[in-house]
Amino acid sequence: MGILGHFQKWLVEHSVPDWASYVVPALTGIIIALLFLFLMIIVFIYLERRGLGRFQIRPGPNRAGPWGVLQAFADFIKIVTKEDIVPYAADKPVHFLAPVVSFFSAIMILAVIPIQKDAYITNLNIGILYVSAISSLGAIAIFMAGYGSNNKYSLIAAMRGVAQLISYEVPVLLAIAGVLLISGSLGMVDIVESQNVPFILLQPLGFLIFFIGVGAELNRSPSDLMEAESELVTGYHIEYSGMKFALFYLGEYGHMVVASAVMTTIYLSGWKGPILPPAMWFLVKMVLVCLVFVWIRATFPRIRVDQLMSLAWKFLLPLALLNLFATALEVMWQDKIGWEQFPWPFVFLNLGLAIVFILVGSKLLFKTGGGQVEV
Amino acid sequence: MKFEHYGLGLAKGLVVTLKHALRRPMTTQYPEEKLVVSRRFRGYELVWYEDKCTGCATCAKSCPQGNIEIVTVQQGDLYKVQKFELDTGRCMACGLCVEACPYQALYMGMGYERARYRRREVVLTKEDLKPSPERQPSGYAYPEVAEKLPEQTLLVYRK
Amino acid sequence: MVLKSEPMLISMGPHHPSTHGVFRMRLVLDGEVIVDVEPMVGYLHRGIEKLAETRTYTQVIPLTDRLDYLGSMTNNWAYVIAVEKLASIKVPERAEYLRVIIGELMRISSHLMATGFLGNELGCTFTPLLYMFREREKIMDFFEMVCGQRLTYNYMRIGGMSQDIPEEFLPAVKKFVAEMPHYIDEYEQLLSENEILLARTKGVGILPRNLAISSSVTGPVLRASGVQWDLRKSDPYSIYDRFEFDIPTGTVSDVYDRYLVRIQEMRQSIRILEQAIKQLPAGEARSKVPLLLRPPVGEAYAHIESPKGELGFYLVSDGSIAPYRCRIRAPSFTNITALKDMLVGWKIADAVVIFGSIDIVLGEVDR
Repeated sequence: MGILGHFQKWLVEHSVPDWASYVVPALTGIIIALLFLFLMIIVFIYLERRGLGRFQIRPGPNRAGPWGVLQAFADFIKIVTKEDIVPYAADKPVHFLAPVVSFFSAIMILAVIPIQKDAYITNLNIGILYVSAISSLGAIAIFMAGYGSNNKYSLIAAMRGVAQLISYEVPVLLAIAGVLLISGSLGMVDIVESQNVPFILLQPLGFLIFFIGVGAELNRSPSDLMEAESELVTGYHIEYSGMKFALFYLGEYGHMVVASAVMTTIYLSGWKGPILPPAMWFLVKMVLVCLVFVWIRATFPRIRVDQLMSLAWKFLLPLALLNLFATALEVMWQDKIGWEQFPWPFVFLNLGLAIVFILVGSKLLFKTGGGQVEV
Repeated sequence: MKFEHYGLGLAKGLVVTLKHALRRPMTTQYPEEKLVVSRRFRGYELVWYEDKCTGCATCAKSCPQGNIEIVTVQQGDLYKVQKFELDTGRCMACGLCVEACPYQALYMGMGYERARYRRREVVLTKEDLKPSPERQPSGYAYPEVAEKLPEQTLLVYRK
Repeated sequence: MVLKSEPMLISMGPHHPSTHGVFRMRLVLDGEVIVDVEPMVGYLHRGIEKLAETRTYTQVIPLTDRLDYLGSMTNNWAYVIAVEKLASIKVPERAEYLRVIIGELMRISSHLMATGFLGNELGCTFTPLLYMFREREKIMDFFEMVCGQRLTYNYMRIGGMSQDIPEEFLPAVKKFVAEMPHYIDEYEQLLSENEILLARTKGVGILPRNLAISSSVTGPVLRASGVQWDLRKSDPYSIYDRFEFDIPTGTVSDVYDRYLVRIQEMRQSIRILEQAIKQLPAGEARSKVPLLLRPPVGEAYAHIESPKGELGFYLVSDGSIAPYRCRIRAPSFTNITALKDMLVGWKIADAVVIFGSIDIVLGEVDR
């Protein structure tokens, strides 16, 4: 039922009129979700800046507030007090709405994420389908930003960004399909309930593909071509200043918060854990995923755009299909072997298959993308 | 792009970064902690001993840019130095003037936090150049002064 | 219907975070592929050669510091060798060994910076750069101990060094030399087998061997193209014929080879340092030279192997206290002439990487 459902029933029992007993829990849920999102965004920004510093043997920002906690607020105040410049020949509605759409698509996914067994806004029985549909809205936001700026460089960068996002959604969806085969239902709460063993152990290859794909969708290094300052221009948000730029920035971290929440729900068994309260486990796992993202950003150089595309289409997609095929075979035979009671043989079998697929795939599937062109 | 090493090269890089994350940061929190500069430090000022100076202006002649301005006045048999000005805004702290002085009247200073708000405050006159407790001479080209100064913090010995 | 497309003209202008200084490149692009390159230099011209004509021979030494400001001691060394050739001054043994020690430390420092900035341009967010700067800080501490400054040293004089080294110099350098190979192993573990770096740098920016020789490219770029030419072995100056070391060369002459050549050169520098510290004799550090030197009328050319290539000084003297003409042969200036052949046909993202692998310093290019 969920916490909000209980709240609604309590209001009806205390004879509140019908429309109010619908609106008040909804508003409460929205406000709490937004506060949660903003709190986690600030935590993630802090973790990224201090974590990046520690990986580079320096402390990170530690002057604004005790241990640098207020650094995000200082940056926010600086950005908000800047002048909002709109290009003269830009398409005004499109230019205005692009950062709103980008932040919006991060907020909307929050509606289905369960933090505890009852703590969610709604339990759609098509939860994962809803999540992947809304996350494709991010591509529209980027294209709106690039088109509405009336600047040929930002249009080129936006088109590259849209190509990157679209081509990485396919392996991600196929990796999710592997999870769905095992759990048997699309609802988020059901997926967490059906994880006796976290799915990261049962689907190592699927997790790897999901991780790389989500990293590319979030524009995180090593695929952060949009914010590459060693290229010529800065990408699709070149014409934005002031609060709109802050919305893009918040939107990027918001997507990161939501993506790590989804990853925790699907692969790391959500709120399950021994000693601490379940909500704490959820937050701990989200923070762990964020730290792994920061770790990868600190280490790797950037991929070039044609190598990025060939990685998605020629390497991740065949591997995701092979993973789906192997999972389907195992699910078909689970009645004979007894999947739910004793999944551990499948863990080792899947790990071995993952290693074999990666070895075979790196030898056969990949070719260098691009090269010197004859002029 | 080919995965020649099957992704192991990526994993090795991750291990190196993780090892570094567990080390102590090597930043010095200035201005609370300051490293001790070397004994032969060439700071952005000079220290001038008026009793040893004879006004020969060898230092002014050996400066590559002509930053030192000396005006002397005859007083009986001796020359008295009336004006000894150093333009530290143009000085590049090369130390040639200190090496050139034949009467050991000129030393390099140890100061490096010498930012000022006005350009005319950067020009040091005769009174500013004399030694004082805040303005100690450094041991550049004078080993006997260098031995009395504290030792430099070397990052090689820091763990 | 065929779409009409025109090539796009872009100026990778003087203000750019990835060109090593104020350097301007005019690129003609077709889509994302580079068709033509025109480098434009001169934004940092300070007239050092003209200024040298009005300064005495000792006063020119701080000026030469500012040429290749990332490797200042080697500039001093080249100039001082030229003056000593002109005036036939003999340098004591201890001073020669000290010059070799300081020169090799300078080479390690300059190669650390070059490799660190290559990692930066490839997109690793400053991580390899900060690791390499940690070692470079240690080297700069040694220089501060010896001469008092960290960037523009002014330590070499005509006839030796300006002062002898203090006593704590040699133990500190010995400790540094003992632990440096471990740090170089760490850098190689982070970077050399990284698949993303291999994909970005292997086969990129090839400079064929005969083209490298005919454009008079020198330094690690030449050695990565397969030519065994290092002035320390081919035309030994100072006392380099007493040390044993190898010259690393590459085979494919792409960006990856240049990066590997620089890392190997750092290891060879450590080998030379170990031998020089062991053989350091006692003595004085400077021979007697008059304050205002008047060399006989004549000319002299001296060249050394600086970390960027062959650095040469050509001095003409007419018997007075200042040189009549001082001409500087800067390696970065000649290395840039091969830029067009290396860049044509690659994409914009590769342009920055190839440019960073040549490792230029704008102070030398513009003088």
